[in-house]
Amino acid sequence: MASIAAQAKPSRGVCLLCKATTTRIFSRIRTRGTTRANFSSAAPTAAAAATSQNERSFRVAVIGSGPAGFYTTYRVMSKLQNARVDMYEALPVPFGLVRFGVAPDHPEVKNCQEKFNEVAASPNFTFIGNVSVGDLPGHPDASTVPLTSILRHYHAVVFAYGSSKDKTLGIPGESTLKGIYSAREFVGWYNGLPEHADLNPDLTQGDEAVIIGQGNVALDVARMLLEDVDVLRKSDITEHALEALSKSKIKRVHVVGRRGPMQAAFTIKEVRELMRLPDVSFHPTDQSLIPSDLKQLPRAPRRLMEIISRESSSSCSSPNPTPASKSWSLDFLLTPQTFLPSPSNPTQLASTVFQHTTLSPSPFDPNAYALPTTSVTTIPSSAAFRSIGYKSAALREFTDVGIPFDERRGVISNDGQGRVWREQRTADGTMAYGHFPGLYCAGWVKRGPTGVIASTMADAFATGDAIVGDWVQEDGGRFLNKSSGGKGREVEVEVDGWEGVRRDAGVDKARVVGWADWQRIDGAERERGGGWVKRGRSLRVRGRCWLFLDEERLHVLYIDVIL
Amino acid sequence: MSAPRVFAQRLPRLRLALDSRQTSGSSLAQYARPRCSGQLTANTPRLAVSAHRSFGLAAQTNNSARWQSLQTSQQPRPFSTSSAMSHGHVDPPKPGEELYVTFITKEGDEHKISVSKGDNLLDIAQAHDLDMEGACGGSCACSTCHVIVTEQDYYDKMPEPDDDENDMLDLAFGLTETSRLGCQVHMTPELNGLKVKLPSMTRNLQSSDFN
Ligand SMILES: Cc1cc2nc3c(=O)[nH]c(=O)nc-3n(C[C@H](O)[C@H](O)[C@H](O)COP(=O)(O)OP(=O)(O)OC[C@H]3O[C@@H](n4cnc5c(N)ncnc54)[C@H](O)[C@@H]3O)c2cc1C
Ligand SMILES: NC(=O)c1ccc[n+]([C@@H]2O[C@H](COP(=O)([O-])OP(=O)(O)OC[C@H]3O[C@@H](n4cnc5c(N)ncnc54)[C@H](OP(=O)(O)O)[C@@H]3O)[C@@H](O)[C@H]2O)c1
Ligand code: FES
Repeated sequence: MASIAAQAKPSRGVCLLCKATTTRIFSRIRTRGTTRANFSSAAPTAAAAATSQNERSFRVAVIGSGPAGFYTTYRVMSKLQNARVDMYEALPVPFGLVRFGVAPDHPEVKNCQEKFNEVAASPNFTFIGNVSVGDLPGHPDASTVPLTSILRHYHAVVFAYGSSKDKTLGIPGESTLKGIYSAREFVGWYNGLPEHADLNPDLTQGDEAVIIGQGNVALDVARMLLEDVDVLRKSDITEHALEALSKSKIKRVHVVGRRGPMQAAFTIKEVRELMRLPDVSFHPTDQSLIPSDLKQLPRAPRRLMEIISRESSSSCSSPNPTPASKSWSLDFLLTPQTFLPSPSNPTQLASTVFQHTTLSPSPFDPNAYALPTTSVTTIPSSAAFRSIGYKSAALREFTDVGIPFDERRGVISNDGQGRVWREQRTADGTMAYGHFPGLYCAGWVKRGPTGVIASTMADAFATGDAIVGDWVQEDGGRFLNKSSGGKGREVEVEVDGWEGVRRDAGVDKARVVGWADWQRIDGAERERGGGWVKRGRSLRVRGRCWLFLDEERLHVLYIDVIL
Repeated sequence: MSAPRVFAQRLPRLRLALDSRQTSGSSLAQYARPRCSGQLTANTPRLAVSAHRSFGLAAQTNNSARWQSLQTSQQPRPFSTSSAMSHGHVDPPKPGEELYVTFITKEGDEHKISVSKGDNLLDIAQAHDLDMEGACGGSCACSTCHVIVTEQDYYDKMPEPDDDENDMLDLAFGLTETSRLGCQVHMTPELNGLKVKLPSMTRNLQSSDFN
């Protein structure tokens, strides 16, 4: 606590964080279950109470502009009239994985951006793009503001900064051989994420590739490798990706999992999409891993098993007269052991050795775990993609400020509703969890790096409801820069949000991308795309339209691509 | 002016600088169309509707007035161009041709609405400020427009959900035997009198869910 006070002492000399005793905080959380449950089913009441804590603005900083940041903002702003939200985004452009994760051939998924645009149109919303909180940004022209400064200038802070890292396998060859790519980087590369613009994956070393992991990201990567480049050309995929993919020699893709079909992480829509790709065939799956009586299964696994089973048998029974030019398979019960170099080029990956696994307690138990056996199999692989999950990391100042980060699960410790939790010593000397006043989290950094936009939305709404619920409790002790002196004895420190942060951190205004700037970037991208379409070329400008700064102005830049 | 510093490292050949803070941007209305729209039709048969849809910031009925005032505020609204647009996806039914559908909110309130043949439940709900997200704009790609048909008879009268709808339903929270995606259900005379429930979009996770 001492270190927090020292670090986060507000400029006006009021301690930010040590406001309530732990016992009090904890007992509030205990009773909150009921209060909140009532509250969330009665939105209008909350709205009516919206301004009752006081007439002043409720200043909220949201860190991250992905779906979690926007849906939390939406929830809070639509229930609290006096909420003013400043959204910090490390990249110059908003929307997180909606822009830099979702596959380019899934434009319909990105329609959620329209909701985000509506949120951003509110005068109570400020977008602060190209400004990273706490961490060093991924590119040199962004600014950084310290988290401690954010804590001084807001009543509440929502961490919605997603997962900027990914898990590693920790097996020989993984970090030394050429040809092994992290799916996160590969996805960032084809989607125009500046940090990975230079990945330059070499897809010309051979015709077989393995993808390790069987989640939906693995299937996205598989689709990019298998899909007709002319179809991708019509999407907003980056030009450099199109170029590399059009030169790709990869014809055979193995999507490899350590468990079986009943435990696989992918979902049916994405499997069906791969099954439907023209001129791409599916290698049959070992039917013994599929329960014989599908009718006994719950709906979702039943439908998934049905499609895998059906496609496996149709690919066996009807040898295609004109064989497909590319093919893929779901290879189950294999866990990676070593990456092996090519005999002729010891720095280049040539194959991947997998250990066979068995499933315990049974191959049909959805929670079965994989036990490695001694038998191995080697799959030729001139390229390997590690797609075993993203990972969130603590912001650098978390330790100093005392924000607990659960390294094992890769999430900020929280109560499940989005209130940041920390362990504290109670009055009687025992340790207990309590809400860290004013701090909340949402999205992948709250829940871990799984879930589609719909689940991120549900989770962000829960966080939004927690914030609103706490605010309407009329108890300043739950927030930053408000005292918990009890009713009638509220002492409030004037907070001024972004203005104060900018002043403290000395941020160069010219480097900040506001919403109007983003609209210009977006407009330029679209216009450019439109122009290309008219000339018979297609829309593929993302990552090709960027910003640059001169001394005082921010410009949108078209980058010409040599075709 | 000193040499510009460029965000993305190692850019290919640069061509022209277009816009700056000082110049007022050209009308953004012309960009009000989703990128790629219409081009990926083979893969995305349902892409059509989204461009001018309101995504219902006014979803909380009680707050709609406030949001409307927000919508007419100084700041530009890049996508929804007018309130007619944002509520414009369903036309009021012609006299004598009204069909009725009732939405039951998660608070239990019933909203009986007269609609025209052909309207889908997502458009209807959003046009009446009911709390239905429709994150993918009715493209059958998100499951946030999940509704539960309250009477089996009505469920049976609907054309069966196709594979794509079933695939998305598999991901819906609180799936039931009579669940459908609102964006895929179009009103027909047979469905006159339909009642659907809107499931809660928040799941209250417990910290034990994480362990
Ligand atoms: C490859 C891929 C494809 C996907 N495809 C789909 C799909 O088709 N359909 C679907 O429904 N879901 C899809 N998802 C899931 C979906 O993208 C996630 O559920 C969702 O984006 C998570 O939202 P988030 O806001 O928690 O994180 P993110 O979307 O990652 O947003 C976090 C934001 O925070 C910013 N940030 C990070 N650190 C800082 C900092 N220090 N300061 C300021 N800002 C910071 C980041 O730049 C980013 O913009 C996909 C995910 C991946 C990885
Ligand atoms: N189109 C879409 O809707 C779409 C597209 C992309 C992503 N998403 C979503 O985004 C989220 C993240 O996707 P994801 O694919 O990154 O993660 P994921 O769904 O969690 O899948 C991770 C995969 O990696 C495997 N794995 C993990 N650690 C491993 C190890 N040490 N060795 C071998 N295999 C290992 C897992 O196997 P085990 O199960 O055995 O652990 C699993 O198959 C998901 O919720 C996904 O649905 C959705
Ligand atoms: S609106 Fe997305 S599935 Fe219906």
